[in-house]
Amino acid sequence: MNEHLDNLREIRSLMERSSKFLSLSGLSGVFAGIVALLGAARVYLKKVELTSSYNVTGIFSAKNMAEPGEFKTFLIQTAIITFLAALFFGIYFTVRKASKNGDKLWNPLSKKLVISLTIPLLAGAVFAIVLIQQLNYSLAASSTLVFYGLALLGASHFTVRDVYFLGLFEVILGILSIVFVGYSLLFWALGFGVLHIVYGLLMYLKYDK
Amino acid sequence: MILERFNKTFESKARLGIMSVLMVNESVNFNTLKDLLQLTDGNLATHLKSLEDAGYISVTKEFIGRKPNTLYTATADGKKAFVDHLNVLEQLIKGS
Repeated sequence: MNEHLDNLREIRSLMERSSKFLSLSGLSGVFAGIVALLGAARVYLKKVELTSSYNVTGIFSAKNMAEPGEFKTFLIQTAIITFLAALFFGIYFTVRKASKNGDKLWNPLSKKLVISLTIPLLAGAVFAIVLIQQLNYSLAASSTLVFYGLALLGASHFTVRDVYFLGLFEVILGILSIVFVGYSLLFWALGFGVLHIVYGLLMYLKYDK
Repeated sequence: MILERFNKTFESKARLGIMSVLMVNESVNFNTLKDLLQLTDGNLATHLKSLEDAGYISVTKEFIGRKPNTLYTATADGKKAFVDHLNVLEQLIKGS
């Protein structure tokens, strides 16, 4: 009888392992979140330096800036550094988890996951770059949240279900950040920073422990 | 007697495993199956052949560049047989 139970368990595990990429590590999320908070803090401090105002709202309104051009270069630089650092930690902890579990990292499943993430993210990146070129910084911040959330919603078909809800929250925060004019950076820090840390910890406790 | 309804094709753990994977994936190639089930080439090929002979899976051969890529898909018959088998397993466990 135990043999049948074992068989059912094995069937269940194979179905899950073969249709979902399970090597995503919660720690990737935690570190991506910390990186995002550091990036947001860097932008805030620059605004204080340029306008000598500590007000957290209206950070992206270019008319307050003594040097709009300088702020633009600074923003693009910070965005690229933040993205690369988050990507580095994301890949590092996923590789670590896969090799610990003895799983192959590059398989048809992770390929699907990467493709479904990359297409909306690329679209979002182009969208945000054009907005920054037009000096519309706050909409650029909001659009990164929305596109990232949609990318996660799409990719969630190929990995754990938690990613679906993370995506949903990112989209909601992105939309709220357009409604509450002036608070873009706060919403951005909430979505990319706090949400990533919370979700990363939840996933770490649920799957990695 | 319930055991009479037990599908002989699924007696082997490997064949049960192959069908499990094919139930939730449209099509899967040989190497992916090998990695998932941790079987040797010969062993896996034998089990795939017997499932194919039973009409439970279909095989498509294609090329990626010059490398052959063999894809396996569960047929409608195969899916039905697998679900029936799971139901029998469930009854066996409940009945004990």
